[in-house]
Amino acid sequence: MTSEGRVWKFGDDVNTDMIIPGRYLDRYDPKHLASHAMEGADKDFASKVRPDDIVIAGKNFGCGSSREQAVVALKESGVSAVIAKSFARIFYRNAINLGLLVIASDSAAEVFKDGDMVAVDLGGSAVRSKDGTKMAPLHKPPERAMAILRAGGLIPYIKSSLGREVG
Amino acid sequence: MSGRTVAEKILARASGLDSVRAGEVVEASPDLVLSHENTFLVDRSFSEFGLSRPWDPDRVVVVLDHRTPANTAETARVHAKIRETVKRMGIGKFFDVGQGICHQLLVEQKLVRPGGLVVGADSHTSTAGAVGAFGTGLGATEVAGVWATGRTWLKVPETMRINMVGHLNRAVFPKDIALHLASKLGPSGADYKCIEFGGMFLFDISISGRMVLCNMAVEMGAKTAIVPADATFAAWSPECKEPPGDACRSDPDARFESTTDLEMERITPLVSGPHRIEAVRSVEEFGDVRIDQAFIGTCTNGRLEDLIAASWVLKGNRIAPGVRLIVSPASRTVLADALDMGVIQTIVNAGGTILPPGCGPCLGAHEGVLGPGEVCISSGNRNFRGRMGSDEAEIYLASPATVAASAIEGKVADPRRWLTVDL
Ligand code: SF4
Repeated sequence: MTSEGRVWKFGDDVNTDMIIPGRYLDRYDPKHLASHAMEGADKDFASKVRPDDIVIAGKNFGCGSSREQAVVALKESGVSAVIAKSFARIFYRNAINLGLLVIASDSAAEVFKDGDMVAVDLGGSAVRSKDGTKMAPLHKPPERAMAILRAGGLIPYIKSSLGREVG
Repeated sequence: MSGRTVAEKILARASGLDSVRAGEVVEASPDLVLSHENTFLVDRSFSEFGLSRPWDPDRVVVVLDHRTPANTAETARVHAKIRETVKRMGIGKFFDVGQGICHQLLVEQKLVRPGGLVVGADSHTSTAGAVGAFGTGLGATEVAGVWATGRTWLKVPETMRINMVGHLNRAVFPKDIALHLASKLGPSGADYKCIEFGGMFLFDISISGRMVLCNMAVEMGAKTAIVPADATFAAWSPECKEPPGDACRSDPDARFESTTDLEMERITPLVSGPHRIEAVRSVEEFGDVRIDQAFIGTCTNGRLEDLIAASWVLKGNRIAPGVRLIVSPASRTVLADALDMGVIQTIVNAGGTILPPGCGPCLGAHEGVLGPGEVCISSGNRNFRGRMGSDEAEIYLASPATVAASAIEGKVADPRRWLTVDL
């Protein structure tokens, strides 16, 4: 599993009200959610984000409300991975369950800046700048999370296990 | 061999294991699984499994509370869809519009018991810890997974034990204890952990107060928070014939990650400033902050004892001109009791507006949304930027007594000026 894209940097404690404010939750439409992604942290994000872009943030990313729409908004807007110093647990689980790559890194937030082009190399447990000048080690997601990610999210993961039980 | 924490015991039982330790990953079968308006999302994901019903419809709880009564035609459509779903699936524990906030109902309606495991598609599911249960939040898709399989994986958390010693001062409430903890721990200081409350002072804290502590633990990153069921619980729940035993409390030699004593006497009325939960200072330090709105309600502080505290402050007073005081009882039972006691009359006479039981303006969807530049003091649990409406609004958090005092003065106010007797 690899991903390559442009970096969007954010600070510590980015909460889910910043990722998708509660006032937009009465419509589930993923495109509608994506059009307000990160509105509480950066008003330009939704209009400027490009497919495969990568969010790099400080600690406690995704704290607050358990709203899964936060992951949907990021995913639908094209974000291919979120790398943070640490994640709030419900956001982390939601991301894995919906098939959005989330990876902890102690130093990525210090090493990279907005606009850097980077590539995530899960096998090598590192994120590197495309020009080869910068690198930050990654903590690989736990095996259980990787298995769910590889299946494409929790629904396909459970479906295949239900299938096994039936069959 | 050292003993077990209550969190370890509950997760061992729920996983069918003799014993587990912090750090282990278990496959647990929850006693209850909760969702609210997001049942719509749960159902969407669940429908992909091709199953007609949840594994055990009796363990499923569905509450409409976040946007009630419906704020838009779209919400009304979602509500109707959920009503149809619960009927079709035979989900009996369904609470329709106006019955109250999900976390309140789980405890108040005695759906959750000591030693139980509750998972919910809402971050504040930890509130169930007030009756000695392990409650934790999941996302909607994961709840759909529980509907399908009856199981979910959980890492057994380390426990931070907090012993409360001494007595609270006048006009200081469990909310102030929670804000004090938030100031010490910050928004991730209890990440992934269980906060277990203990100590002699615990006997003085009602189930309602325990709900405040367990609810707010999430704001410090906790996975769950538990107040082991004790004599206070037994008195609150006399129909519970078997008093909760060792299965519902930590062993004396259990391994805690940390143990901290918290001296109640040192806690004063506190306020958390805008945008960050840990921006907590003593109420006197906010003296010049004028307010536009004062809100009493939410799963944190919308219960009878909260409304009573507010009414004691408000009795015989009027709220300041230009200020809105909005009160949303946490449940219909709370509303009915508050009506019986004359508490609602007092609030209305003081100039307050009563909303139907539910989440009210807590999540910025309706019923008191803040405009640009407006300032609200709330008895809720989150003061994130934009949480209650405009990104340019400010939210302060405090106890219901402090919120009521602020409504009278039109600025963040010290409840000790208005609450001159011990409650
Ligand atoms: S009252 Fe607020 S915090 Fe509590 S469940 Fe409702 S929206 Fe969430």
